Order: sequence, then structure tokens, then C-alpha cells
Amino acid sequence: MLTYLARRISQLIVILLGSSFLVFNLEAIAGDPLEELKTSSDPRKAQMIIDLTRKLDLNTPPPIRYFKWLGGIFTGHWGVTRDGQSVVAEISQAIPTTVRLVLAATIIAILVGIAIGVVTALRQYSRFDYAVTFISFLFFSLPIFWVAVLLKQFFSIGFNDWLADPQVTTPWLIFFGLLAGVFWAGVIGGDLKRVLTIGSVAGVSTVAILWALSVTKWFGSPTLGIFFVLGMGAGLALLTTVASTGLGNKPSRNTAIAMVVLGGVLYYPLQALFAFLKTNYNGWIVVGLAFGAIGVGALTGFFFAKEDRKPVMRTGAIVAFLVGLLILLDRVMQEWSPYVNSDFVSNRPIPTLGQSNDELVAQLDSHPNFWMGTLDSLLHIILPTIALTLISFAGYVRYTRGNLLEVLNQDYIRTARAKGLSERTVIMRHAFRNSLIPLTTLMAWDFAGILGGAIITESVFSWVGMGTLFRRAIVAFDLNLLMGVFLITSTLAVLANLASDLLYSALDPRIRVGNGN
Amino acid sequence: MFGKKKNKDVEIVNEANENAIQNKEIDGLSQGQIVLRRFTRHRGAMIALFTLIFLILFVYSASGIYLGSDKQPFTIQGWWHYKITDHPMLVFGKDCPGGSTGCPSLNLNPFSGKFGFGDHPFGQDDIGRDYFALAMRGAEQSIMIMFIIGGIGGLLGTVIGAIAGYFRGRLDGFLMRLTDLIITIPSLIIGAVIGYKVGNLGVVVLGLYLGIFSWTGLARLVRGEFLSLREREFVDAARVAGASNRRIIFKHILPNAVGIIIVSVTLSMSGAILLETALSYLGFGVVPPDVSLGSLISNYQESFATRPWLFWWPGFFIIAIALSVNFIGDGLRDAFDPRQRRRISKKDRENAKVASKA
Repeated sequence: MLTYLARRISQLIVILLGSSFLVFNLEAIAGDPLEELKTSSDPRKAQMIIDLTRKLDLNTPPPIRYFKWLGGIFTGHWGVTRDGQSVVAEISQAIPTTVRLVLAATIIAILVGIAIGVVTALRQYSRFDYAVTFISFLFFSLPIFWVAVLLKQFFSIGFNDWLADPQVTTPWLIFFGLLAGVFWAGVIGGDLKRVLTIGSVAGVSTVAILWALSVTKWFGSPTLGIFFVLGMGAGLALLTTVASTGLGNKPSRNTAIAMVVLGGVLYYPLQALFAFLKTNYNGWIVVGLAFGAIGVGALTGFFFAKEDRKPVMRTGAIVAFLVGLLILLDRVMQEWSPYVNSDFVSNRPIPTLGQSNDELVAQLDSHPNFWMGTLDSLLHIILPTIALTLISFAGYVRYTRGNLLEVLNQDYIRTARAKGLSERTVIMRHAFRNSLIPLTTLMAWDFAGILGGAIITESVFSWVGMGTLFRRAIVAFDLNLLMGVFLITSTLAVLANLASDLLYSALDPRIRVGNGN
Repeated sequence: MFGKKKNKDVEIVNEANENAIQNKEIDGLSQGQIVLRRFTRHRGAMIALFTLIFLILFVYSASGIYLGSDKQPFTIQGWWHYKITDHPMLVFGKDCPGGSTGCPSLNLNPFSGKFGFGDHPFGQDDIGRDYFALAMRGAEQSIMIMFIIGGIGGLLGTVIGAIAGYFRGRLDGFLMRLTDLIITIPSLIIGAVIGYKVGNLGVVVLGLYLGIFSWTGLARLVRGEFLSLREREFVDAARVAGASNRRIIFKHILPNAVGIIIVSVTLSMSGAILLETALSYLGFGVVPPDVSLGSLISNYQESFATRPWLFWWPGFFIIAIALSVNFIGDGLRDAFDPRQRRRISKKDRENAKVASKA
């Protein structure tokens, strides 16, 4: 194992050296950083050219300059940009932005994609399956910059206009009702009678909820409150229990209920803590709360179950985490009205550009309000996240569907069914888990693409991240900056690849690393 | 979602019947015929294939073909009466409802007196150029670059993968490290560096350069296929019979690997069109005065609120082309996959029953 790792890592280093050499020379040959200056009519032109030549060391031929640059990398000096900024400083500012931009989208795409992929595999050749296949091909074929413009127009501008008088009109009510009915009927499936029942129940309840929210003018000031938290929590607990252990498992069911009740009990005490956090933000407290919730959930599961504790603890931990998340979301949404009515937002909450509201940021310096800052970030990240999710979740749907279908045709699935296991156990424990193994490769590649792949999204939504730096570097022939960005993205790519290989062998005992190839 | 299946035993019996029906169907057909038959039965793929052919004919016949150099041009006139270099009068005022300029004249309502294409079916851009001609030109560029990248990437990937997988050893090690090296560079980064340099040389050169870097995924696939195929008995038999390496590669192994190659190339082509439009959108691909679907969207995304047609049409062509190619790829994958089983419809079952009774 260790020799395998050592061999792989040494290979990675050679690959990185090779590709950075390639890109360095490619870009050095591709353009002249002095071009812009040479054509300018500035009287100090000659002096500026000399200065820039010295600063960027342009008199050294590119291959030799590459080795000079490489020496700098190992000593922590990554060179300066054209404007004299330190490359390290620029990149370390850009990375968190890009990670924030892409991480949420990737996680949502993975979760939603896998969930829908599983359902389409179970309903193979149904109308739902065909519809999802068509939709995922459509999303595959969408250019992200095109989607982004549409989102800006309809979701941001249109939604903000609608918020001025937030009434769900009858055509929209009918549309959403039909959509929900068709979707849930397709997901749950069954014979005609069942499909019609499920479809109409889902449709009517969606219409009823939307109508109630519309009449009570909830959309004008969307707060959640303890009842919403409890209701949503109960729904999530139900879903988690069904997927994790099945409703028949009494300890698991009780743990889930206990977690929701606990969430209700702790709701008001937590508000006091949140009020403290508002002005004295400390990230560790939030992280601690998350782990605390998971720990409490697992512990409750441990005591509720007398035997076979693991799945019950898992259910408890997931439900506790989700309820905690709901309570946090509720706290953030409490800032909605002051935020939306403030001068710098003036009732148009969904922004089309940027990563934060500059005026708000300036104000938060003097009046710290962690929750409003969070709400602002969340609202700014909505559009890019939707765009990125739409594009990448189709891949997960297709991949999960294919893998799961392949696994479901295996003999051991037939064995599992033959020995009388419930359909839920067969699918979740025997089929689904094994179908996830090949997915690690896809996830690794997706992760590798994170920093490089956001170029277009950042450009459309005016975020200043790695993609923006990269684009600037290309246009200005800024070699040091380009190489800095490239080094980060390519290192991540090869590391993610290595991690996926190791993970694969850890998950699948049939695959061994270290012996031969 | 996890409802118990009630009639498991019935299902197993059905499965046996299905196998019989399926085997009956492919009795006495060659591999190629089976693939062709499976493909033509894939409804989505067939619709997509006809859509793509129609689009290609439509686009190329509309804008005409320009080859050769400036001194000796070889041109075939298209049927559309404007070129992208023409600057007709910008339509505005009473001809355009809502006070916009350069509005589209396409009218699909057969009951209005103006049914048909009109003078500017997709409207006009800011300086009056006919947007239909621009969109056709952009679609033409995108289709061309798609085929160039697919062709070059497919050829290089197949050759490199085949050599690496067949000869193994040091050559394999070297070629695979080279593949790893190029895979680490994100395609958009390569594209941007190349596009910024050669974008002004025209779309063919851009496609050639991008193709040179887009063979890596296919090379890995082909290598894996060759590694397993070269150990099979029919390869041993050919070798014992005295066949040369070249003959074994081209006559014995390659035909068996052609399925994954075709599928992979097709799917990479839809990626290629998205890459090209993305590059042009960022300003790294096709540069003015020439146009691409990506650069059209980039130029007119701001006018979406007032003149949405400038935004919709280029996007429509990108999606139509990419979606068709994806569906064709899906149909090909189903057709080439020996494990793939067509869904047996009720009608097939009835037919089989009738046949077995007769």
C-alpha cells in the first residue's frame, strides 16, 4: 500500500511538472505582455516597457524562465501579477469565493441527481423515466451562459416584480398543482387507480398550500416560525425514516419523533444564543452546534434501540441535523423583512450580479449582524447555484440510473429477494450502496473541475473568483497569475483522481491497489 | 416507492419468454444488422438524427459554402438573400410593434396576412445586419467545429489508445502518462489559451487545435478495450495464423471496439459544441467580424428585456444541435450494447404467441 502510494505520488509530481511546463510555454508563446504597451501613445512608453520587462523577467527565454518560476514555487514566492500584486494573495482571496460558489451547487446536484436517478431506475421504462431522460438530455445540452441569462430575467427580475404584489394567480395555481400531481404520481407509481389518487392528492394539497400562503400574504414576509419548523421537521423525519430503516422499525421511528420534539423544545432557548451570535459571530459555535445535533441524534438512537443500533443511530443523527438546519434557516429568515425593506435592497431581494451587497457590507462593519450578512450571501448565491445545479445534476441522474439498473440485474439481488427481504432493504442496502461505488469516480472529477469550471458562471454573475483571475490572466498575458491558477486547479485534479482510486479500492474489496497495475 | 412486487414468479417466467422473443428476433442477422435494427427502433435517436440532418442541410444551404483562398474563392451561393457582411436598412417605427428596432418578421400564424419568413425572420442586430444570416453563420461554425473536434479527437484517441493497449509495456506507460498530463489541464483553460491565440485564424484552425487536446478520454477507453480484447482466443488464432500486428489491430480488434468509439465520439461532439460556444461567449473563440452562436448570445444578452429574439434564436440552435447529438449518442449506445434489451411490448408478445402456435 505504502509503495503504491509513493509510486502514485511521484507519478503525480512528474505529471504536474510536465503539464505546468506545457502550459507555461504555450502561454508564453501565445502572447506578448508588452503588446498593449507597444501600441500605446503614452510618452513614458519606453520606460514602462523597460520596467515591465524587468519586473516580469521577459528577457529570459520561456523554458529557462519556467525553471526560475518553479524554483520560486518551492520557496513560496509565486511571482507578481502585471499590476505588481502578489499572486499568492490574489489566489488566496479568490479560492473561498469559488469554493462557496460551486460547493453548494455540487452537493445539491449530487443529492438530487442520485435521488432522481434511483427513482428512474426503479421505474424503468415508465413515462416518468422517459420524461426524466428527456429532461436530463435537455439539461446536458444547455449552455450555462444561456441558462444564466434566463434565470436572471425570470427568476430575479420577474420574481422581484412579483414580490411587489405577491399573489399566486389562478393559472399559476393550476400549473403548480398539475406539476406536483404529475411528479408525485410518477415517482410513486403503481396501477392507474393509485396513480390517479396520488396525483390528485398531491396536486390538491399543493394548490391548497399555495393558496393559503398567497391569501395570508406570506410571500410578502416569508418567516418560518416554530410551527413551520416542526411541520417541515416532521416531514423530513418521515422521509429519512422511510429511506433509512423503514417505518416498521419502531425505535427508529421513535428516535425521529424525539428529535423533532427536541427541536421544538430547544427552539426558544436557541434564539437567545442566536441573538448573542448576531453581534459576536463565532464560526466554531455553529460548527459545534451541528456536531452537537448529530451527537444527540446518534445518542438518542443508541438508547432507543436495544439491538441493531447502527441504522437507528443513523436515522437519529440525520433527522437531528436536518431539524437543526431548519432552526438555523428560520433564524436567517427572521432578517427577511428588515433586509428587504432596507434602503440598499429596496424591495428587490434577488440580485442578478455580484457576491454580496456592497452597501450592506459597509454597514455591517459598524453594525455587525451575522444573520443579515448570511441572508445576503444566501440570496446572492441562489441564482448561480440554480444554474450550476441544473447543468450538472443531469449527469448524476443518468449515471446513477445506469449503475443501479446494472446492479439490480445481478444474481445476489435475486438471492436477497428470494430469502424474503423487504423491497426497501433489497434496494437501499443491497443494490443502492453497491451502485454508489462507481459514482466516486464521477464525484472526484466533478470536484476537480470545481475551481476551473466556474469560469463562465463567475463571468455571468460577476463573481471574483478563480475563474475571473484566470480570464484576466489570459487577456492580459499575465503569466505568473495564470500559472498560479493553473497550479492550484491541476493539483486538485490529480489529487482528486488519486483519492477516487483509493476510495474505490476501500469501498470495493474486489479491487486491490498496489499489486501490479 | 418500495411497494412489494406481488407477482415475482410470473415475472421470472416472463423473463424467459422475453429472452425467447429477443433471440427469435435476431436469428440469422449479422452484428451490423442487429446494431442498425436496434438503432432504427430507438425512436428518440431517429427523430434526433433526422432533426440534425435537416438542421445541417438548412443551415448550410441558407448561408452557402465559402472555401478556397481570397484570391481564388470557391463559393456556392446560399438561398438566403442576405450575407453577414450586408447592412440593410434597420427596420423601426411603425413596422415594429412596441417601439423596438430590428424586429423579427417571422410569422407562423397562417391566418394573419403576413404568414412566412418575411425580410428579416429573426430581426436585425444593432447595425442592421440580418440576424437570420448571422444565426445561420454561427450555427454553421458550431457544426463545423463539432465535426472537426469529434473527428480529430476520435482519430487521435483511437490510435493512441490502440497502440497503448495493444503493445503495452513502456510505450503504454509513456502514452498513458501523456494522457494523464493532458487530462490535468481543464479543457476550458486549453481552449482559452488556444482560442485567444488562434481564434482570429478562423473556425477550422480553432477546431484543429482544440481537437489535438480532446482525445484523452477516448484514448483511455480504447486502451482498456484493447487490453481485454488482445487476450481473447480469436486474437491468438489470428496470431498463430501469421497475421501481422497491423492486421490484428485493424481487422480483428478494432471492429470489436468500434461500438464504444462511435458512442464516445458522438457524446464528445455535443461537448465540443458547448465548449466552442462557451469560448466564443467569453471572447476566446471565434472573434469579430466573424460570428458564432456563443458570441451572438454574449453580444445581445443585455437586450433580452427589449429584444428577446436576439437571445432566443442562437440559444435555440445550440440546444437543438447538442440535444440531437446527445440523443443519437444514446441510441448508438443502446444499439451497440449487447446487454441492452429492448422493452418487450404487449404487441411483440402477442405476435410471438401467434408465431409459436402457427
